[in-house]
Amino acid sequence: MSNLHGSVDASHGSVKSYLTGFVLSVILTVIPFALVMYPTLPKPVTAAVVAIFAVIQVVVHLIYFLHLNFSPHQRWNVTALVFSTVVIALLVGLSLWIMYSVHHNMLAH
Amino acid sequence: MSNLVQPNATAPESEHGHSDASSMTLFGFWIYLMTDCILFATLFATYAVLGQSVAGGPGAADIFELPYVLTETFILLFSSITYGFAMLALSAGQKQKVLAWLGLTFVLGLAFIGMEIHEFQKLIGEGYGPDRSAFLTGFFTLVGTHGLHVTAGLIWMAVVMFQVQRNGLTMVNATRMGCLSLFWHFLDVVWICVFTVVYLFGVM
Repeated sequence: MSNLHGSVDASHGSVKSYLTGFVLSVILTVIPFALVMYPTLPKPVTAAVVAIFAVIQVVVHLIYFLHLNFSPHQRWNVTALVFSTVVIALLVGLSLWIMYSVHHNMLAH
Repeated sequence: MSNLVQPNATAPESEHGHSDASSMTLFGFWIYLMTDCILFATLFATYAVLGQSVAGGPGAADIFELPYVLTETFILLFSSITYGFAMLALSAGQKQKVLAWLGLTFVLGLAFIGMEIHEFQKLIGEGYGPDRSAFLTGFFTLVGTHGLHVTAGLIWMAVVMFQVQRNGLTMVNATRMGCLSLFWHFLDVVWICVFTVVYLFGVM
């Protein structure tokens, strides 16, 4: 069975890596929910913390569940991901910018 | 059946060939997932633009229940780790364990979809369907698209379980499980963005 293990996906992870990812995800999920359900911090601070925790949790999932890393084997996967991230940032960022300007200049609100 | 090669009956050369084909398949599937990311990005952008346009109807803070969403989030997170254990069982060549973990993942995925459908039904029943306001159109489109992906993943998982049951842990089935693994974990990543942008930012 070592053939199967070696050839299909060399970067399967282990019980330990899955559990590490799981525990980190639980922490990174519970804290933002708690901050919003029981507001203690000023709103902008809460928003920033929630956003940062989401980004960290996405990275945790990419590393521990999707097994992304910077090994030569994964180079093109990471390249595609980085390119997609740039496209997404442009798509979302510019859409919001344009629509904000439209609202602002046309006094839609 | 001739194309289904038993792993322990594989010659080194052909195994290498299968390995290349398998990793190319996984890479191709990864590229598909990246395009799916862009689909979700457009829906997120739309939602972000329309999120405040409630047309006199309810806003996000009026209709979303965070404890309910937290439960959904945990179900999906549990299903991610149970799928991970299915992949570990696959590496160890334990067919029954693979089927058991896949079965558990399937049940968790079904529970998630059930909760989502229940939430949609409740909102529509209260008169807050997708036709109520631009905000609700954006919400139903974004969350519904994620739900459709999870549903597709469940159908795929049922098919893979049937194939593993019938043909065992062949190289072809291992590749299928690898692709579904990427798909399933990817959907959990999208859900992180959904609960942050839609639910947490909405209620805040």
